[in-house]
Amino acid sequence: MRKAVLTGKHFWYGNIAIAEGAIVAGCRFFAGYPITPASEIAEHISRRFPEIGGTFVQFEDELASIAAMLGASWAGAKSMTSTSGPGFSLMQENIGLGVMMEVPIVIVNVQRGAPSTGLPTLTAQGDVMQTKWGSHGSYEIIALSPDSPQEAFNLTIRCFNLAEKYRVPVILLTSETVGHSAGKVVVPPKDKIELVQRKKPKVPPEDYLPYKPDEDLIPPMACAGEGYAFTTTGLTHDEKGYPDTTAEAHEKLVRRLNDKIRRHLKDIVDVEEENMEDADIAVVSYGQVSRPARKAVGMAREDGIKAGSIKLITIWPFAEHVIHRWAKQVEYFVVPELNYGQIYLEVKREAAGEAKSLLIPRMGGKLITPTEIYREIKKVSEK
Amino acid sequence: MNEQTIAEDKLELHPIDKWLRSERMPHIWCPGCGIGPTLYAWIRALDRVGIPKEKVVYVSGIGCCGRGSGYLDVDGFHTTHGRAIPFAIGLKLVKPELCVNVISGDGDLFSIGGNHFIHACRRNVDLLVICTNNFIYGMTGGQLAPTTPLGDRSTTSPYGNIEPSFNTPHLADASGAVYVARWTSIHVRRLEKSIAEAMEMKGFRYIEVLSPCPVSYGRRNKLPEPDDIAEWFRQSSIIRNGANTSEVQIEKEKPLILGNFVKRVGKPTFYELMKKLEEKVRGR
Repeated sequence: MRKAVLTGKHFWYGNIAIAEGAIVAGCRFFAGYPITPASEIAEHISRRFPEIGGTFVQFEDELASIAAMLGASWAGAKSMTSTSGPGFSLMQENIGLGVMMEVPIVIVNVQRGAPSTGLPTLTAQGDVMQTKWGSHGSYEIIALSPDSPQEAFNLTIRCFNLAEKYRVPVILLTSETVGHSAGKVVVPPKDKIELVQRKKPKVPPEDYLPYKPDEDLIPPMACAGEGYAFTTTGLTHDEKGYPDTTAEAHEKLVRRLNDKIRRHLKDIVDVEEENMEDADIAVVSYGQVSRPARKAVGMAREDGIKAGSIKLITIWPFAEHVIHRWAKQVEYFVVPELNYGQIYLEVKREAAGEAKSLLIPRMGGKLITPTEIYREIKKVSEK
Repeated sequence: MNEQTIAEDKLELHPIDKWLRSERMPHIWCPGCGIGPTLYAWIRALDRVGIPKEKVVYVSGIGCCGRGSGYLDVDGFHTTHGRAIPFAIGLKLVKPELCVNVISGDGDLFSIGGNHFIHACRRNVDLLVICTNNFIYGMTGGQLAPTTPLGDRSTTSPYGNIEPSFNTPHLADASGAVYVARWTSIHVRRLEKSIAEAMEMKGFRYIEVLSPCPVSYGRRNKLPEPDDIAEWFRQSSIIRNGANTSEVQIEKEKPLILGNFVKRVGKPTFYELMKKLEEKVRGR
């Protein structure tokens, strides 16, 4: 029987690395529904949880899966599900409930070709904007995107840490390519892994207000059965958690739900920059595409083109301060992505008036190659 | 008597006051509504069984009944439409020591949430589910429900309902629930006893409570006064404990069959089977 933390070197598929990352992060509740290309995560968890004492339930659908995760998180468990586009669409309503009730949960979306049933077995990055805007209303959410099995492992842990810290659903926005590529994954010793737990109330139950935030705009979270007798609702509510549908209450709550993320942009946003010091052209990429993108930047450098790479690890909230800063230096942002222009829109918005932006779109479930990106960099450099 | 002249320690509380968030009264429910008496029976059952407040969890969905979780001074979760059952399953599996209750309406549990209901019965998850069935969508203004009797009028069946309605005790029974009963909100004492009996069992337990909605259902179906539907219940009810659930379909001109219909003892719950599996895997 295996332990929870499998310290050592492994050769894992991205999807397996995600499952193991979740276990390391302390995830002990998993609810899901079979879907290609994400099923390996649920399969692996169903094998592992009985070994380490976690609750795995294959539900009747994704609607039930996400609802159960919210309930489990309110009972104190770190909870996760994994899905792909069609299932992610079904989860949107309760992502909104998670935002409104401020529930830490982690959703893994292994993206595939879309719209609709699309290309179930082939890769894509088409759910970027859905991740930001999929549920109704104005809200902020956190999404991270890995480019390899190792990064999938690391970022799954970070997803849990961010969910616990900010009391918000966090999405690991990965893809078929990362899920189904195998690579080396190093699992550090247990005591070398930093884990964050949600803030607990420090006041006695009679003084506890479930939605009274601290200075950081995040309220401490009591869980079911701890004697706090709190009530929570998807309705607009006051600090007691009671429904309050006045204009003032709504304005105050929606602002706080957004600001608790916006105000911590620098803590949440993570990017990797390479060759940017003297760059005229910046390739902005994320997820699997950042691998050919970095290679293309290398090819351009060999040609004497001053190209650099900005890899977005945090997709949402958007790294607007990063793009804004480099827009003053570079002439062009080149944005390769496996859709018809999503992060490109964000880059273009932030670069407006300072630098130009070029989209390299790719549909069809095929990866974009370094040469294809390199060719576009070269064209831009000759303008 | 002037309220302010009563010293606080002299104030006599109603026996169920300790369960309520009195500061939230008055509630939103209309005169003649059956949700209040149903909650009263449920609270009395909690006292009768002796379940401490901090162990009680109340999960509700959306609709008139959904608002109940915010009026009780226990851990209360007002979730999304149709998803109270899976939400409660997640909570219960993580903290099996808690007494987790889903109290919701017929639209929430049997229309938008119908799939979760049958699967929770099948899995025998340890939950008590109480459905206040008022035959209509009350909060949204009286639209057709999956429980609206044939021929009845609603705002979306203005010429009369052409759809057969669910026989919810039969559905629960056929799907594997270990306890199935039906009462009405005027049978408060029998309902209380039935809820208490269910609370002392494990597994998926279901109680349907027929409940008047004079405003959204009665007015359109020749039962407009607050007590007209209660009177229909009083005159038409027949108690038949142990009745075959396939024979308890609600039809307007026929008797309403009430009673404790199903009690299955010894069926393992989902949680028990999960723990057994864990032992098996660990002992390998």
